[in-house]
Amino acid sequence: MTEIEKVLAEKILVLDGAMGTMLQAYKFEEEDFRGDRFKDHPSPLKGNNDLLSITQPEAIKAVHRKYFEVGADIVETNTFSSTSIGMADYAMEDLVYELNVQSARLAREVADEFTKANPHKPRFVAGSIGPTNRTASMSPDVNDPGFRAVTFDDLVEAYSEQVKGLVEGGSDVLLVETIFDTLNAKAALYAIDVLKEENNWDIPVMVSGTITDASGRTLSGQTVEAFAVSVSHIPLLSVGFNCALGADQLLPYLRRLSNTTDVLVSAHPNAGLPNAFGAYDQTPEEMRDLIKKYLDESLVNIIGGCCGSTPEHIQLIAEVAQDYTPRKVSTTV
Amino acid sequence: MKARYLKLSGLEPLVVTPESNFVNVGERTNVTGSRRFLRLIEQNDYNTAVEIARDQVEGGAQILDVNMDEGMIDGVKAMTKFLNLLAAEPDISRIPIMIDSSKWEIIEAGLKVVQGKCVVNSISLKEGEENFIRQAKIIRRYGAAVIVMAFDEDGQADTLDRRIEICARSYKVLVEQLNFPPEDIIFDPNVFPVATGMEEHKLNALDFFKSAKWIRENLPHAHVSGGVSNVSFSFRGNNLVREAMHSAFLYHAIQHGMNMGIVNPTMLEIYDEIPKDLLEHVEDVLLNRREDATERLLDLAETLINNQKDKKVEVKAWRSDALQDRITHSLVKGIDEFIEEDVEEARLASEKPIHVIEGHLMTGMNVVGDLFGSGKMFLPQVVKSARVMKKAVAYLLPYIEAEKDGKQQAAGKILMATVKGDVHDIGKNIVGVVLACNNYEIIDLGVMVPPEKIIETAKQEQIDIIGLSGLITPSLDEMIYIAQELKRQELNIPLLIGGATTSKAHTAVKIAPELETSVVHVNDASRAVTVVGSLLNKENAPVYKAQIREEYDKFRAKFLDRQETKEHIPLSLARECKLALDWECFTPFAPQQLGVQVIEYQDLDALVPYIDWSPFFRSWDLHGHYPAILNDEIVGEQATELFADAQVLLTEILDKKLLTAKAVFGLFAANTVEEDDIEVYADQDRKKTLGKFLSLRQQLKKRPGKPNIALADFIAPKATGLNDHIGAFCVTAGFGTAEIAKQYEDNNDDYNAIMIKALADRFAEAFAEYLHREVRVKHWGYAAQESLNNEALIKEQYKGIRPAPGYPACPDHLEKNTIWNLLQVEERIGVTLTESLAMWPAASVSGYYFAHPEAQYFGVGKITQDQLESYAQRKNITLQEAEKWLRPNLK
Repeated sequence: MTEIEKVLAEKILVLDGAMGTMLQAYKFEEEDFRGDRFKDHPSPLKGNNDLLSITQPEAIKAVHRKYFEVGADIVETNTFSSTSIGMADYAMEDLVYELNVQSARLAREVADEFTKANPHKPRFVAGSIGPTNRTASMSPDVNDPGFRAVTFDDLVEAYSEQVKGLVEGGSDVLLVETIFDTLNAKAALYAIDVLKEENNWDIPVMVSGTITDASGRTLSGQTVEAFAVSVSHIPLLSVGFNCALGADQLLPYLRRLSNTTDVLVSAHPNAGLPNAFGAYDQTPEEMRDLIKKYLDESLVNIIGGCCGSTPEHIQLIAEVAQDYTPRKVSTTV
Repeated sequence: MKARYLKLSGLEPLVVTPESNFVNVGERTNVTGSRRFLRLIEQNDYNTAVEIARDQVEGGAQILDVNMDEGMIDGVKAMTKFLNLLAAEPDISRIPIMIDSSKWEIIEAGLKVVQGKCVVNSISLKEGEENFIRQAKIIRRYGAAVIVMAFDEDGQADTLDRRIEICARSYKVLVEQLNFPPEDIIFDPNVFPVATGMEEHKLNALDFFKSAKWIRENLPHAHVSGGVSNVSFSFRGNNLVREAMHSAFLYHAIQHGMNMGIVNPTMLEIYDEIPKDLLEHVEDVLLNRREDATERLLDLAETLINNQKDKKVEVKAWRSDALQDRITHSLVKGIDEFIEEDVEEARLASEKPIHVIEGHLMTGMNVVGDLFGSGKMFLPQVVKSARVMKKAVAYLLPYIEAEKDGKQQAAGKILMATVKGDVHDIGKNIVGVVLACNNYEIIDLGVMVPPEKIIETAKQEQIDIIGLSGLITPSLDEMIYIAQELKRQELNIPLLIGGATTSKAHTAVKIAPELETSVVHVNDASRAVTVVGSLLNKENAPVYKAQIREEYDKFRAKFLDRQETKEHIPLSLARECKLALDWECFTPFAPQQLGVQVIEYQDLDALVPYIDWSPFFRSWDLHGHYPAILNDEIVGEQATELFADAQVLLTEILDKKLLTAKAVFGLFAANTVEEDDIEVYADQDRKKTLGKFLSLRQQLKKRPGKPNIALADFIAPKATGLNDHIGAFCVTAGFGTAEIAKQYEDNNDDYNAIMIKALADRFAEAFAEYLHREVRVKHWGYAAQESLNNEALIKEQYKGIRPAPGYPACPDHLEKNTIWNLLQVEERIGVTLTESLAMWPAASVSGYYFAHPEAQYFGVGKITQDQLESYAQRKNITLQEAEKWLRPNLK
């Protein structure tokens, strides 16, 4: 059993909040993204947040540190888009392995600092694996429903490269997250399963889907239960939901998921729904009160925040979470 | 303990618990099991293929089996494409997919495109443990459950012991070596046929049941599935027995623990509704309860066979029914083999021979009428029924005349005619036959019937209703004229109007106001029966007639109202807005050889591939596109039968060369002059003019930038100095048709009389298509590289057009005279023009060839007075005459 699994048997673990929101405060410009190393790179790089792990490593570490300081147990690597598919927009496909190794190392270093300072509260690094910007089971062209912009094999290849970097950089757990197309996630799980076997890795896997709206389905159309069934073939540490919805909108789906699955449950919702300007207004107190409901109903084992959540949000969530015992895995016969 | 249920998913989950009912796997999206699905995939008609999947889901399938294992198909590609398309249909992809293939690469292709948890069907130990393990492991990685066949290195399990041995071994390997979740294993212990007559097959069903039970009791959490229809294989052709067997097999298999299976719901009798003796015999076989079970079931099956296809045995069954039932059966099924024999028996039993018609035969025809009226029989069947009826009546006539007891009392007397100048009669003949089936006396005056003869006959014969038919536009005027005459002579006879060019609008606007009496537009044969019935019903006729009148008055008012909203522009303005092709950058392609060429004798075999069958079905009131129509849910069976009958006659036409096809065509130097006219020259010097085609120009006010087209726009104007060209043609496949049809009619076989005409029409159209192609690639040669299949031809994907006078792009029939003069059509191939400018023989096509790549089909639509005047002047005819010919297009 891995360390994180042992800890999860005893307590609810707190995941960090948004990375992007935190980085915005730095107001990085094109030259900051480029740094010295990429000053001659042919395409614009502003907005490639994952690249900052290489060009602004101290800023990334500072964000990780802030989340650990307020009580987070797990931070996510800065690798949401670090696949050859995501990096194609910046002509940086060749950099993918390095990006993942580097991002995992940064998080690892900060986590180890904190664990060393307080060995009773071990900190963990979750290798973040995003959905990519293409869908394997939907056509981007409404006039050609049979067309696919990406294939399963393309995704397996892209995810393999990312997973290798994340694990070799020191991740404790892999987090396949923000899944809006389950077939993409299945490709990630396929890549992980192959690599685990080839390299004899023992690394737990978290899966987190995204319910896009009040239809209660993923973007690719699956219900909560169908999604859970579709990712049940690989042994998982946890299954959960993140992004798109606030904690209150997510609640009914989390209940259904908690009912249906026999692995641990995670949730990292957004800080409410975005306002007209795309910003998130939910206060830390409001978010905490909503999350408290999850805890009252004993729905989760891992809890954190997604878009719009800050260290202030996570601090209050961590405070309230420590008063509760984790959800027990249901054993219906 | 953790619950171990089989959980699958599409967009929604499917959880199989011990309480779950039997899980139905839809099996029509399988190229090995459905010929229709195979054909759709082969023809790349994935849209329709997707509809089959939708039908399956709507029909209650809980899992959709998809199989693309066919030598002529690229299975990997087909599986991928089909599953991708299903993913775009939320109401289909809500259920899990079963990827069915014996080829590993197809299975893997399927696994790569399905987001839900699916089932792989199937893997086995056939090629050894190593391969089995490898495949199972990969399937696991893709997240699918698996069907394991009871098959190993030594072959397929065919005994109970072998089934147990292989399933146990497979289970052990999967669960113990691979840690494969046992609830994701579904065993298929092989359903084999029973009652084959072979001693070793006696236990096939029983062993399946026992192995299902053993698996459920000894291999924890595993499931059992099977393809049920195999069991009844030896009774192919006898659906009654097969359905009972499926149902009984399923019943016992479920009792023994089978909880999933591939079942065709349409091939399943309800267990409780299986006749007792049949059920007992079937179960004797399935459960091997008696030594002679097979023989007994075979004997019983003989007497039960209800399948049409197996005619020999079927005959036995219904031939022992009561006399009236036999006669009705012959009429309903259109079987003429026994009708004389049965009618003779009826005659001997009746007081008078006329009573056989009024009694036995009419009773049968009433059943036909009811079935047709309620949509349970289709036109071709009814025409076949009529053939049997005529044969019966013909047999009785000598006896009736010998007794001189007069004619049978018909329900009414109806005159049918194709009007003067028109030669098309397929629709009219069909309506006549259908009405005759309903006990109306039909007086058919044939084609090209002058109005005087129609009126005269109506008076003499005391006709109840007159039915007028026509296909070409001048026939519309003939109908108006007849209506006027009826009114003038104060003949209060209702009028039925039908034929391709007629419409409710024309009938309401142009004919109804001319008449005191009723006029009804009848567009299909089935409606003719109800309309005639209502018109002649003594009690209700006045009400019905008033209703019709009101309906047509309202329709007319609405139509005229709508008409006025359309705005037309003056001809001069329309000419300014003509289709301005870029002549500066265009070099017209010069034909290989100018002048007229004749095809004296065209080989019909060469035309067959060019036949467009869809209009053929339309002429029989069966609507849909060929070939999809053959599998249409409603008319598919009839369409298939009709098509088979057509093939028989087609073969005869080809073998005996029953029809003669000829053609004449010419390619000429030509230029557009004075905006709308096309001058045709004797040679490339372009000095001597052979003739002039007048084209009509659209005058409807259009959106800015949209041209007002005339055919002349497709030919380079003389002023450009370009040497452009035009072609003209006439093809016929009609010589011989009338004679053969007459022979059939004389033999009381209206079915084939109509069929030969419908086929001749198809040949003529095919010939036009074929010749157009020859012209494009050879004689004119501007599209020498073209390669289009028949479907593409029907869709008119070729370059250049062949519009025909009398059709929307050139509604003016008078232009046929110009073609006839130019090509000397009558002298060269004998096709003549009637006074209404219909071609004779009817199965003929004539028109122009335009080669410009931007030439397109269009409709002229309505024209206004100024164009009419211009046209009359250019044509050098009186305004009155021009008006007569262009009337349907006048605003």
